[in-house]
Amino acid sequence: MSTPTLTPTRPDPSAPGAALTQRRSRPGELAFRVAMQSCLAVAFGVLASLLGWVLIKGWNRLDSRLWTEMPTGLTSRLDTAGVQSALVGTVWIISLVAVICLPIGVLSAIYLEEYANNTRWYNRLLELNIQNLAGVPSIIFGILGLGIIARTLGLGFTVITAAIVLSLLVLPVVIIASREAIRAVPQSIRQASYALGATKWQTVSRQVLPSAVPGIATGSILALSRAIGEAAPLLVLGAVTFITFNPDGLDSAYTALPIQIFTFIARSQSEYTELAAGAIVLLLTIVLAMNSIAIFVRNRFEKRW
Amino acid sequence: MTTSTRSAGSAAGNTLRRGRRRPVESIVQVLLVAAALVSIVTTVGIIIALANPTIEFFQQVSIVEFFTGTSWTPTFLQKAYGVLPLVSATIVVTVIALVIAVPIGLGSAIYLAEYAKPGTRKVLKPVVELLAGVPTVVYGFVALFALNPLLQKWWPTENGPGFQNLLIAGIAMGIMIVPTIASISEDAMSSVPRSLREGAYALASTKMQVSTRVVVPAAISGIVAAVVLGISRAVGETMIVTIAGGLTSDRVVFNPLEGAATMTAFIANISSGDIPVGSLDYDSVFAVGALLFLITFALNAVSIRMVRRFREVYE
Repeated sequence: MSTPTLTPTRPDPSAPGAALTQRRSRPGELAFRVAMQSCLAVAFGVLASLLGWVLIKGWNRLDSRLWTEMPTGLTSRLDTAGVQSALVGTVWIISLVAVICLPIGVLSAIYLEEYANNTRWYNRLLELNIQNLAGVPSIIFGILGLGIIARTLGLGFTVITAAIVLSLLVLPVVIIASREAIRAVPQSIRQASYALGATKWQTVSRQVLPSAVPGIATGSILALSRAIGEAAPLLVLGAVTFITFNPDGLDSAYTALPIQIFTFIARSQSEYTELAAGAIVLLLTIVLAMNSIAIFVRNRFEKRW
Repeated sequence: MTTSTRSAGSAAGNTLRRGRRRPVESIVQVLLVAAALVSIVTTVGIIIALANPTIEFFQQVSIVEFFTGTSWTPTFLQKAYGVLPLVSATIVVTVIALVIAVPIGLGSAIYLAEYAKPGTRKVLKPVVELLAGVPTVVYGFVALFALNPLLQKWWPTENGPGFQNLLIAGIAMGIMIVPTIASISEDAMSSVPRSLREGAYALASTKMQVSTRVVVPAAISGIVAAVVLGISRAVGETMIVTIAGGLTSDRVVFNPLEGAATMTAFIANISSGDIPVGSLDYDSVFAVGALLFLITFALNAVSIRMVRRFREVYE
């Protein structure tokens, strides 16, 4: 995103060497270029056709039944089946993840960037720990939820357990993105604020944070969208049966979209496959819309100092 | 907050001499530290959650049997706890995924960083990032219902791939990690300073020579970090292998046309069923989880170190 482009030559600004080598035709050069280009084309092509295939497969199920009807395990009732409880469950979980994860993530980022002395071993350990957590497989977080949150803390297989586990899972994403956004605010802004007599927290809360909002928002939306698509930790947390009611509280049993899709896939009848495809289109629409908003916010609102 | 605003006039002097107590400032500090501690608590929680059942597991199963046994059958009558079948299936799937994702991901990154016009790049890079967000359950679905039927139809010999097999899981996983590898190695290549490229052009290098002999070597630690992260994601990926990879674990399977359970697939399968807490089966989930955690921990450590190296050199 940040390649410096200095060359004034209009026709092909990305190829400063082009003018020099134009004389001789080099078949190897062209072949290499085409090969690199086709790598990207193959990647896009395969993904686009797969997503297109899902759309076609689920086309018959893409109507209001999807969100007005409940899932069912009975093949005879499949005509009037949807994923309402899963959709509502996902909304519940994601709202809770936003409430739990975003404040903790942003506050951690503020601590690491503005308050922590990063020559101290404990602050460096904290940083390494966050980087490592970002790479821990999601199913391990499911095991954490199973062993500690559901059993030892006794919260059981409920909406709140799922929300806590997914919050911890995407916390590193929020922290890392918020740190980058905070770091990008120039030091001069802080110094000007201090010079006017502001305290540390006044400077952070009134100067640094408002400037960092676009970056933080981007990271937060990406984190929430990842939490929406995660199925593995919920699988360990026992969310696999057909739930035909919407959650009505933090201690309610639940199902969520990716888990519901998994249970449809596990059934062999082709009606379930279609229903799974329809639900996937719904899930993808939500996730890709959120990611697009995040990338748009980053590209449009991010300040360049 | 309001009190500190009203007395802002004298605040600067106070901060310098630390004369006045400011309750808001110290409350905020405590809150910030508490928030930062959550991630430490998470790691400690993961270790505790894994450690206790794992220790109980190894009191009943010898470590030697666990690491050398070639049969993993906790749900059979004849129970055996050798983890090698799960590990070998994980390795087979990961290798297939890398064979697909590394060339395609790197090629895409080279094209985006070196060949694409700035306008094209500005459009394509976000699309790559967007594709990295597709939930993995979707890849599992297309692997089982779209890719595998195609593979079975086009397979040249008699004994084609089964309904679930490691090959299709590996292919789907490869497609899944292409955007990750492409995006991170493209970042590494873009941060190679322009002067390096211009030096090479001044020595009459062609564009291909600059890409392959200057940019790629200069960005190599970032590229390695991207690949290691790809491996780590492939090893820890659950949904694709649970849906499309199969369940066999009573023997070591190296033939990718057969189905076999990976470490993650075993955890997902057995823990989504009803297993009594404290039983050996329950503990085995945590033992496999601990092994998985250690493997990805090592991979992450390598990746973090590599990223740090390329940052040190060029930023």
